[in-house]
Amino acid sequence: MGRVVVDVMPKPEILDPQGKAVAAALPRLGFHGVTEVRQGKRFELEVEGDVTDEVLAMVREAAETLLSNPVIEDVVRVAPAAEHDGATA
Amino acid sequence: MSVEAEARARPTAPADVRIGVVTFPGTLDDRDAARAVRLAGGTAVPLWHADADLHAVDAVVLPGGFSYGDYLRAGAISRFAPVMESLVDAARGGLPVLGICNGFQILCEAHLLPGSMIKNDHRTFICREQELAVENVDTPWTRNLPTGARITVPLKNQDGQYVADEHTLDLLEGEGRVVFRYQGWNPNGSRRDIAGISNEAGNVVGLMPHPEHAVEAGFGPDGPAGPRSGTDGLALFTSVISTLLGE
Repeated sequence: MGRVVVDVMPKPEILDPQGKAVAAALPRLGFHGVTEVRQGKRFELEVEGDVTDEVLAMVREAAETLLSNPVIEDVVRVAPAAEHDGATA
Repeated sequence: MSVEAEARARPTAPADVRIGVVTFPGTLDDRDAARAVRLAGGTAVPLWHADADLHAVDAVVLPGGFSYGDYLRAGAISRFAPVMESLVDAARGGLPVLGICNGFQILCEAHLLPGSMIKNDHRTFICREQELAVENVDTPWTRNLPTGARITVPLKNQDGQYVADEHTLDLLEGEGRVVFRYQGWNPNGSRRDIAGISNEAGNVVGLMPHPEHAVEAGFGPDGPAGPRSGTDGLALFTSVISTLLGE
């Protein structure tokens, strides 16, 4: 069974209120020197069989159709999960 | 008011106008939307997310709430519900559709309206009475309002910041498709103070504030007649009924 990772980030020109909230909280906890935080989403898709080019193409389409909204987000990565990559690996 | 008393109090409509109100898992304001339809003189028809049949309704309201828990993005999963496939086709064919709050988000995710909503710029949930300028009174949902109308209805949301690229915003402005604009202040950082827009044909309208919560004296925002007397939202529902009756 293969696994594909999809990373989605808010577009650079779109204000990221969640990232701003995190950025504001960091110095209060003593983590200084962070100038900006942007918060995105990571999806891990388990697929039947190996991660072939066809599977990646399908996941890429799913990423652009459902997992992201192109008005506000970019799909920044669609890739087979590495062995060490992810909580269930 | 009991259902029977409400039925007696409703204005008599010369013909039956059936307005569908869609319920998704997590919808909150479907009962209020149905009540607004009845108070305006129409018949509210409950529509269920998993049923693709629109039950021959004359118009549809997508009410507010947190459909599918707002998982993924607000409105993102609702867009793929069976009822939405039928609704998208019907809306493209001219069926009047009003999306309120989460319903507006669903219309954007379904690409019936351009742009999208992100979290409020101040990052907090907001609930207040909000004044709006009605800038387009030619849509089926606003035609009973006078040109230049100001209405006050409740606003309550977390993801209410309307965003779109500059080209889309210019297009909306140029074609008169900004239907509602926030007055006094911008409560969520929405681009160009936009509170509601329409599609190109005008039959599909979405707005963030809640007209269905301002339809009956005693339960609405504060108005000139006293606390909670405001019923400005009712005009949206009477407008679509007038449109459908050809008045």
